[in-house]
Amino acid sequence: MSVAHCGDFRQTYKDDMLVLRTRFIRIAVGAFVLLLYVSPLFLSNYVTSTMTTIAIAVIGALGINVVTGFTGQISLGQGAFMGVGAFACSYFMRVVHMPFWLAMPMAGLTSAAVGMIFGLPSARLKGLYLAIATLAAQFILQYVFMHLDAVTGGSNGIPSPPPEFGAFTFDGDRSKYYLTITVAIAAVIFTTNLLRSRSGRAFIAVRDHHLSAEIMGVNLFKYRLLSFAVSAFYAGIAGSLWGMYTGYISAEHFTITESINYLAMIIIGGLGSVLGSIFGAIFMTLLPQVLTVGTGALADIFPKIGFLIMSFKDGVFGIIVILFLIFEPDGLAHRWRMIKTYWKLYPFSY
Amino acid sequence: MTGSYERPVQLAVDQITLRFGGVMALGGLGFSVRQGEIFSIIGPNGAGKTSMLNCISGRYQPQRGTISFDGHDITHRPPAARARLGIARTFQNIALFKGMSVLDNILIGRHIHMKSGLFRGGFFLGPCQKEEIEHRRFVEDIVDFLEIEHIRKRVVGTLAYGLQKRVELARALALNPKLILLDEPMAGMNLEETEDMVRFIMDINQERGITVILVEHDMGVVMDISDRLVVLNFGQKIGEGTPEEVQSTPEVIKAYLGGEQTVFLGR
Repeated sequence: MSVAHCGDFRQTYKDDMLVLRTRFIRIAVGAFVLLLYVSPLFLSNYVTSTMTTIAIAVIGALGINVVTGFTGQISLGQGAFMGVGAFACSYFMRVVHMPFWLAMPMAGLTSAAVGMIFGLPSARLKGLYLAIATLAAQFILQYVFMHLDAVTGGSNGIPSPPPEFGAFTFDGDRSKYYLTITVAIAAVIFTTNLLRSRSGRAFIAVRDHHLSAEIMGVNLFKYRLLSFAVSAFYAGIAGSLWGMYTGYISAEHFTITESINYLAMIIIGGLGSVLGSIFGAIFMTLLPQVLTVGTGALADIFPKIGFLIMSFKDGVFGIIVILFLIFEPDGLAHRWRMIKTYWKLYPFSY
Repeated sequence: MTGSYERPVQLAVDQITLRFGGVMALGGLGFSVRQGEIFSIIGPNGAGKTSMLNCISGRYQPQRGTISFDGHDITHRPPAARARLGIARTFQNIALFKGMSVLDNILIGRHIHMKSGLFRGGFFLGPCQKEEIEHRRFVEDIVDFLEIEHIRKRVVGTLAYGLQKRVELARALALNPKLILLDEPMAGMNLEETEDMVRFIMDINQERGITVILVEHDMGVVMDISDRLVVLNFGQKIGEGTPEEVQSTPEVIKAYLGGEQTVFLGR
């Protein structure tokens, strides 16, 4: 077992740039990834498909964390950008006959282009005003989804064909999960790298002090637009995977509720933290399911007021989110760091 | 000190007029800064010192006049273009990136010298790693120079005021500038910190050959280290020259010091 030294001794800059800093962490992360790949073999289809939705949410949450958490531009359009990706991917596969592995990045790029258009107001607007501008993006795109029948199928929605790789078709819960989790892991790695390189530093500089970022030669407009593009790209990828997951996409899924859900994920998980995006995605995906099971069980016990209990579900959901904001304002990622610091010195904390 | 008169002009400010609505912040101001000088801008509060720095660094656009740097007319260029030409600055109120580590803050200074874009950064393969290491080396030189090795991994928001000022200077140096604008680098510092800062400014000027424009209220420091200075009052120039010349200008004594020359003599 390798132990962290009490000081952090590094011989080279390359060593010092490592993300996974000790052998123990490397092994732990490796084991976790392995577990992600092995576990579906033992888990039920229901659990596996829940994990698929979590992986999709992780990708979307990473995206909105880049624009909101790291670059400081509030975006309320993540749900709509997902929709753009989902419809674009389906369109590229059905009409252009692209294979999925090409259609998905193309859908991401389409979504990124749309994201950049709606990111244009960020040149002039900040904070709440920008939030309202991105809200407009949400409603404009929703309108387009409903009325661009040729691409989106209008209010009926449109099928999303399953990906094929050679003779293999990704149509089972497990195969969909493996595809999604692989993309999600790639997204986590890409984001982590991005944020420790030149562009990522520029994003954070724009968030923390845009005036001095400009004085240091960072092109504010360029990096604000880029952050919207990256965020929408991730949303597009997540949307493509969502289309694959459900097999049928309709405009109803990509509403303002979905956008707020993503915003809530990164606030609860931790703004400006890759790990926070993951935690938030897990939390916000699992909580409604836990509540459904919980209220369902209670309704069985008290059948006469069952309908009342069921209708409390959304309220309880809201209360839990509010409690989180009060008691854990820095997000789950911050709590995780605190726990790690505590155990690092346990039992001799001085 | 008289030697600085023979050096070539690096920054020429000519007839700069800056208005905010009806308020005249700078009224037809002109001066020139020579290569390798320590040039100070002094004046009472509200005289327009910081406004002048903001015109040079590009944060404000003057309504009239021109500013030229190394032969380029920079009056209407955006701040980022001026950074690329070699103008760096620090701020009166610390303007660091509070959520980032000291190293990352300084690395932002290398932004314009680096090339990696989104994709190279995201994959973080060979060329990108090599670039990061190369610039890390440059940054570590500055870290050593300013004696902030012990805090290089700390998040800037958690540091003491004096150290934050030093990190800000480090970030400006990372641009590898030809001209550095320092806006009250000694404000709010104790004697020891002030002495350290003076030492750094003089080293920057003499060892690295960087021209310094200094805005400062500490008259002892200004008179000691400046080659030349300009005195402002209500956006007008009321004196210019070496510290000795300025100290004996009657108008300066009257307007700035209320008639008591002793204020110049020490701290």
